Amino acid sequence: MKKSLNFLVSILGFLLFWEILFQSKLVDPVLLPSPVQVIQALIKGFSNGDLQTDFLITVRRTIISFLLATIIAVPIGVFFGSSEIIYQRVEFLIDFFRSTPASALFPLFLVIFGTGEKTKIAVATFGAALAILFNVAYGVMNARKLRQLAAKVMGAPPIYILKDVTFLESMPQTFIGMRSGISIALVIVIVAEMFIGSSNGLGQKIINSQMVFDMPEMYAAIFAAGTLGYFLNLIFLLIEKKYIHWGGK
Amino acid sequence: MDTSSVIDNTHITIRSLSKNFGGVQLFSDFNLDIPKGKIISIFGPNGCGKSTLINMMSGIQDFNSGQILFGGKTLQDTRIGYVFQNYREAVFPWLTALENLYYPLKFLKLTESEKKLKVEKIVSSFDVKFDLNSYPYQLSGGQQQSISIMRALIVDPEVLFLDEPFSALDYEMTLFMREQLQKIFIERQTTTLLVSHDLEDAVYLADKVLLLTRKPTQVAAFLNYLAPRPRTVDVLSSEEFMKVKTESLNIFLAQVNNV
Repeated sequence: MKKSLNFLVSILGFLLFWEILFQSKLVDPVLLPSPVQVIQALIKGFSNGDLQTDFLITVRRTIISFLLATIIAVPIGVFFGSSEIIYQRVEFLIDFFRSTPASALFPLFLVIFGTGEKTKIAVATFGAALAILFNVAYGVMNARKLRQLAAKVMGAPPIYILKDVTFLESMPQTFIGMRSGISIALVIVIVAEMFIGSSNGLGQKIINSQMVFDMPEMYAAIFAAGTLGYFLNLIFLLIEKKYIHWGGK
Repeated sequence: MDTSSVIDNTHITIRSLSKNFGGVQLFSDFNLDIPKGKIISIFGPNGCGKSTLINMMSGIQDFNSGQILFGGKTLQDTRIGYVFQNYREAVFPWLTALENLYYPLKFLKLTESEKKLKVEKIVSSFDVKFDLNSYPYQLSGGQQQSISIMRALIVDPEVLFLDEPFSALDYEMTLFMREQLQKIFIERQTTTLLVSHDLEDAVYLADKVLLLTRKPTQVAAFLNYLAPRPRTVDVLSSEEFMKVKTESLNIFLAQVNNV
């Protein structure tokens, strides 16, 4: 109850501040339209399906990239993390590529995958996979040794120790990786939609509105992207709370 | 029970056990016979390898040479139970208390109803007062350690190892767990090895007290404490208890001062 009140107060406060700023004409009204105009653009965009289509395309690309990244990164992360020696050998490479801005790889991926759908998904998958991989490996590596030993003295075969103990033990950290992975995927998808030959998606919508100076539409698309990011994170937190209930306890 | 007629019936034999750790000779030609169906408390100076000894016996740590047999069988053919000091990191937090109890049964060839029976049996003999559908982190330390002990006992182990099981519990809980353990032991007569840093616990629960030397670890003494069970707090002030405790303490102090 208190939470939804805070939520409402912060949104209304923000809109009010914005409207006052608009009315005061301190900022060029072309650059900063009234929140009313932006909300109208948002409603129009979702009712005539224009913005909605772009929104759903971005959601689709983000989710596909995220799922691909998870499918690729989780098994590799478990493998790397299960042996300290292997992890030490690859640690530098993971760290290096994790630190490389994925956007710097756009030209390379364009050469490999062309200008189509594949490139956007490939770059986003790459960025998200590294974040997930790192966290899974870290989670597996730091799994409490005592629980593995406890399973071992019960006579659990190694595969069961991995599946029933180490894997679950790494879940809280894995989820942190997945949560940051999906945010990274969204960021890369939006940037890719802006700059690498895209004809749809929220990123393309934002940049196109900007080019024709349709500011209300641009703000509407920005808010749609923000809302998307917020809810992806929220959904993850809820899943985490339900299924990884022991995390941090 | 007429304790004078008890004959040591050897269960575990340790022969020529050697263990190096980081270039230090921890155990060298260590030999010991452990009787069947007794509680053996292990006590000794810090770092003498009390825990290492039971860890080597239970396969948690390896050793360089020597042999440990359980009634002539190797560890692989022996069912054991192990209770860790740090219950918080030993129970599985993703499973409920009840699921934790079921987990070790997964590796035995039992039908569902046999498993259920085992769980019911251990739960009733442990006199569980908390909700078994809780997750471990919702329970108190003593309750978590109870799960840990029940989980170790559920497979009907031939040997039970306990590594300072009370040291993370408060005194009230320790007294309670001590009684629980004794009750279970009277029911089951499982050969039990208990590492303790508390001489009162060690002697109170023991049929035999194993006192170890400084490293390289040898047996300093293997004392009998024959008071009949169930023992109550009254034995703590009995002459025999005091005698064994004082003797243990003297042997311990001789080791500690023998630098």
